[in-house]
Amino acid sequence: MRSKRFYGKGLPNIDPSLLKGTLIVIEGSDGAGRSTQIGFLQNWLERRGFPTVVVGLKRSELVGEALAEAMRGNTLNAITLNLFYATDFADQLERVIIPSLKAGFVVLADRYIYTLMARDIVRGSSPEWLRELYGFALVPDAVFYLNVSPKILAERNFRKRGLLDYWESGMDIQRVGSMYDNFIKYQGRLHKVFQNLQREFSFYTLQGSRSPQSIAKEIRGRVEKILSAAVIAERAEKAFKAEKSPAPLVKEPIGNPSDKTPVSETPQEKDSAADKAK
Amino acid sequence: MPNPKTTELEGKLIAVEGLDGSGKSTQIRLLKRWLELEGYKVFFTEWNSSELVRKATRKGKKKKLLTPTTFSLIHATDFADRYERQILPLLKGGYLVLADRYVYTAFARDSVRGCDGEWLRKLYRFARKPDITFFFELPLEVALARILEGRPALKYHEAGMDMGFSKDPYDSFRIFQGRIYEEYGRIFKEFPVERINATDPSEDQQARMRETVRRLIDLRKFKLKRGVNP
Repeated sequence: MRSKRFYGKGLPNIDPSLLKGTLIVIEGSDGAGRSTQIGFLQNWLERRGFPTVVVGLKRSELVGEALAEAMRGNTLNAITLNLFYATDFADQLERVIIPSLKAGFVVLADRYIYTLMARDIVRGSSPEWLRELYGFALVPDAVFYLNVSPKILAERNFRKRGLLDYWESGMDIQRVGSMYDNFIKYQGRLHKVFQNLQREFSFYTLQGSRSPQSIAKEIRGRVEKILSAAVIAERAEKAFKAEKSPAPLVKEPIGNPSDKTPVSETPQEKDSAADKAK
Repeated sequence: MPNPKTTELEGKLIAVEGLDGSGKSTQIRLLKRWLELEGYKVFFTEWNSSELVRKATRKGKKKKLLTPTTFSLIHATDFADRYERQILPLLKGGYLVLADRYVYTAFARDSVRGCDGEWLRKLYRFARKPDITFFFELPLEVALARILEGRPALKYHEAGMDMGFSKDPYDSFRIFQGRIYEEYGRIFKEFPVERINATDPSEDQQARMRETVRRLIDLRKFKLKRGVNP
């Protein structure tokens, strides 16, 4: 497996080649089926004995709460909001993603910098500036983009919540009639931006209109390849080290690789959903 | 990021930079009083004073959650909030905006903390460059003596304790300020600056600032109109 690297200048004091875990990103709008797919993938991985952790946006300990509060009040201007999100992302990258990768976890990211970039590009930010800004982000091992048409997204949001989200409808930047019209228009704009990002960052696009099970199967196939390459590389490295130095007298304790390792999330309903999927 | 079209803004931006203890805050306040008393439209802003992000910054500092990157980003967020909410609208509205510390503070401090200098300059690209930047120069030892005099305890981040320079807060502070001092030197080789000798008598420093402002800014445009004044 190719060793980890950053998109740009990276983070101070972090050597990406020491990160032996695997970073998998699922991208897509609200209602594209991201959490369903992450649930499937997590169950599959854990059943096979891979430790996993799920991360998402707006969940950092540092600013997650303040950010959610600011979004409710809708008081932030574009650049500020955008940097607030970048702070939130950096906090999770440095304090959850990187330690987990160091410990050999499979990190499942429910959205990544691409969502943040797309939102800002639609709001007039320069793509070049955003690329520089997010130069501290790690390049994932795979990015799956769930591509779903705005109409189907709207339908799924209605079924789930009975309404459309203010931000996901781009209400802060446009008013084109009803909220439904705003949603369709905004999601269409996002989609175009994502298409450009896809070329640049080589996403693996999946048509989200397919059945969740068939999408899950395809994702598993790709992830399997990445993981087996990683396992082979790790074994080879171990064998190499064993040749060079005698085995240590004291064995490393088996179990959690580190005390600080985040606890993985396994909601019950995801389990049953995955079981049904089989 | 929207393009900063600096030339189309009617207002003017004046910033002061320098080490703690260089007297820059005193001087910019005096400059503000002078401009106010002369009847000009003037607004004063400080680094790190936005309400919204303050809470998160406090939490991060208290719980020591901050890394060089998040430290830098949270301050950039804070600055952006103040910039978009106050500085930019005031500049568009034809004000003289006086800033006690500006982006150069972030360039110096964050690069000492380990952030990449080029990344920092790009990060802050949304911010308009000051029309005048005053840099208050004084020997490092003098600055340190001024700050440490009568200050019983140094705060964790203020002393740069997160950098692991030294276990002693005072030693750490000395090393940290020394690095910032060097970094300022590099920055003002790169960006235009008006240097003020911070060991000169206070009135002389102020006279130099006023003379520079008069020379570089056409102050007539900034007179408060009668009837608008409350």
